Amino acid sequence: MQTLEQTSRRNFMKIAAAASGGLFLGFNWTNSTALPVVVDAKSIAAGNINFNSYLSIGTDNIITIVSPNPEIGQGIKTAFPMVVAEELDADWKQVKTVQGNLDTGIFERQVTGGSGAVPHSWERLRKAGATARHLLVEAAAAKWNVPAAELTTENGEVLHKTSGKSATYGELAEAASKLTAPTEVKLKNEKDFKLIGQSVRNVDNHNIATGKPLFGLDFYKEGMLFALIQRPKAFGLKLKSVDSAAAKAMPGIVDVVTFENSVAVVGKSTWQVKKAKDALKIEYEKAAELESTADHNRIFSQLMDNGEATVRRKDGDVEAAFKSAAKVIKAEYQCPFLPHSPLEPMNFFAHVREDGVELVGPTQTPERARTEVAKITGIAPEKITVEITRQGGGFGRRLSADFVIEAAHVSKLVKAPVKVVWTREDDMTGGTYRPAVRYRFEAALDKSGTLIGYKLRGVGMNSGNSTREDNFPSGSVDNLLIDSVEHKSPITTGPWRAPITNFLAYAEQSFLDEVAEAAGKDPVAFRLELLEKAKKSPVNAVKYDVDRMIAVVKMAAEKSNWGKKKGVYQGFSVYFSHRSYVAQVGEIVMQKGKPVLKNVIAAVDCGIVINQSGSLQQVRGGVVDGLGHAMYGNMTFKDGAPDQTNFNGFRLIRMNEIPEVDVHFVNNGISPTGLGEPALPPAGAAMANAFYKATKQRLRNQPFVNEEAFKGIS
Amino acid sequence: MALFKLLINNRAYDADVERDTPLLWVLRDNLGLVGTKYGCGIAQCGACTVHLDGKAVRSCVLPVSAVGKAKVTTIEGLSEKGDHPVQQAWDEVDVAQCGYCQAGQIMTAAALLKEKPKPTEEEIVSTMSGNICRCGTYHRIREAVKVAASKTN
Ligand code: FES
Ligand code: FES
Repeated sequence: MQTLEQTSRRNFMKIAAAASGGLFLGFNWTNSTALPVVVDAKSIAAGNINFNSYLSIGTDNIITIVSPNPEIGQGIKTAFPMVVAEELDADWKQVKTVQGNLDTGIFERQVTGGSGAVPHSWERLRKAGATARHLLVEAAAAKWNVPAAELTTENGEVLHKTSGKSATYGELAEAASKLTAPTEVKLKNEKDFKLIGQSVRNVDNHNIATGKPLFGLDFYKEGMLFALIQRPKAFGLKLKSVDSAAAKAMPGIVDVVTFENSVAVVGKSTWQVKKAKDALKIEYEKAAELESTADHNRIFSQLMDNGEATVRRKDGDVEAAFKSAAKVIKAEYQCPFLPHSPLEPMNFFAHVREDGVELVGPTQTPERARTEVAKITGIAPEKITVEITRQGGGFGRRLSADFVIEAAHVSKLVKAPVKVVWTREDDMTGGTYRPAVRYRFEAALDKSGTLIGYKLRGVGMNSGNSTREDNFPSGSVDNLLIDSVEHKSPITTGPWRAPITNFLAYAEQSFLDEVAEAAGKDPVAFRLELLEKAKKSPVNAVKYDVDRMIAVVKMAAEKSNWGKKKGVYQGFSVYFSHRSYVAQVGEIVMQKGKPVLKNVIAAVDCGIVINQSGSLQQVRGGVVDGLGHAMYGNMTFKDGAPDQTNFNGFRLIRMNEIPEVDVHFVNNGISPTGLGEPALPPAGAAMANAFYKATKQRLRNQPFVNEEAFKGIS
Repeated sequence: MALFKLLINNRAYDADVERDTPLLWVLRDNLGLVGTKYGCGIAQCGACTVHLDGKAVRSCVLPVSAVGKAKVTTIEGLSEKGDHPVQQAWDEVDVAQCGYCQAGQIMTAAALLKEKPKPTEEEIVSTMSGNICRCGTYHRIREAVKVAASKTN
């Protein structure tokens, strides 16, 4: 049993009271052994609860479902309640969704990242809905004195068909709240889903379209000060001295404080603080290498040939295979660092008091935020509350807690409630980038064009393992060696939407196209041949579902009419990542002598699609994101300082640059496997491979705009 | 500091700020109208779009001293009940992903439709390409502008 800390207990009390007289069901969506429980004020006050989410059915017939995960645009604030409502047989119109931003101590997996939110909780959300339904049916059975087996539920009502009796959930809620939750409930057959699989509009649409204060940057509290922080202008520098006299004298400025290598200007409004920040006179000194992009290119080459590599996977005898090969294909692919650029820049509110800390803002990892703030303030974690706001995109950036820590530092130093705001320039130059990586692929073909040997070396900047050694084509090649080398750079890196695979998929799927061509095979046929091999005679561990992968390959080929369109240059790509399978066909046509990407056809297997509307956007958005960064995204450095500081230098894809994206979901009844990331990785190669067909030029480096072959196109 | 009298969403506001303060920050920090968003501060993304006498402008680069007597409309005042045809279309098409850019997108689209109630596809694309959506909801933005245009007569 977990004990709720005071503040959240009070919160739950409030909620329970709000659901006065109704049914209040607590459930634990992170713990597979915890059972849903009927909660009353007494059990909450006693602190004997083991739930981190709840649904309530009020006597007013309003059903409230909490969505405990941070909403960054992946749509779970809508999808989670849909799953509960499905098993409950609720009328969607009665359902009110609230963001469960009240606690971290008990919301164990309150994290958005790795496309994990939905797969993580599918079963538990369903059980919660089914349990509530069971209780309502029991209550009706007792009321009407009929066997529960004779009752059905529909649209928020319990029905007794034989007698024609019916009651709304609201009418039954009070009686249901006196019952004990069953230890086992039957879940629906997936075929009977009514709500899951429909298009349900985002529950926050109205608030978004009318400009309601939803986001972290919108948060305001009486007496709150604004802070902007000057961080070292280059990676590898540290603070030497600060002259803040001029800044302090400017209007609206309350204080200038220093911590670690940061100087924070604190004042009454963002603009005043920004101007004062520009007036700071700071000297830095060198603490590490000040790396430039030219250095990175040199380091890549050095480490590729002579680096000390960590072997990630080894199957068969690669050297022998390459010696006996009839043909060897070799190519290198490279990508730059990338900032995340969520449209809402980093920001966080902190109020550090003697007896506790209040934290409010957009974070994907409230638990980490709390732990880190406990460390720097010395205040016990249970006295730290984290309230999560809606988040203007994350793309992995809000998994870090640096901006939360900053807010805590500043609030502690100035002894006031403070919101730390990052300007776009701060956000873009502030680090935790997608690491720059170079890959070298080598393939050995025998006389018949069979892939007998495969080598991949990844060299990455602070990337750890820059490969995903068990992903396709591993398992389909007899002799294989995958290793990686890491360079430790002072430029900071972190997870970026679809970590590693956001570039690896492009490189691998482009290279496989090169291999298929060398083997004289159709790109789709070649991939299917490899997959058949992985299925019939797998080489050591195969950690992807070969059949699911084959299914999306075939579906994308069929839906795109692969190889049969006149005047259209098609490129193929397929990838398994983050538990889901996505194949894409890019279609280029020549317009005025220039290749233009017109369409992307995507076949997606993410298991059961909960919300059609949200899922469709996840795939389209993922493709647009993947293409945009592949084409334009570039972050370069001079002496440790980023060259690109805002959207004038760093180019993001715009409406006039997108292809149509045609999405097809595989319907296989498998539990949802997540969709926030998997559509992104294959996009770059679908385009690059189509581009090759149209121009006979390979795009081996991102961003494409800097490639010779791409000049004059965009 | 100087006192500026502003007419925003048909309401009079006073703001005591420096002359060079961008309208965006006056709205957000001084007047509590946070529907208008900050994305870049250099007129690149369109998140801060408001209407000045009905025309779309980027409030992040508009000093408050340049507003004068012009009527300012922000997302909060686009319609009384949030039922402007563009707002309705945004819900119908389910445009928003994270939602952060959408106030700016809506204001840009509303200004376009005011000037050109039946824009061509090219006109929609060229106008809306000034606004960044990091989540890549462009297909739906384009569709929603068309839906809104079909609703306005
Ligand atoms: S914030 Fe004004 S255009 Fe980006
Ligand atoms: S919906 Fe997220 S930036 Fe547009």
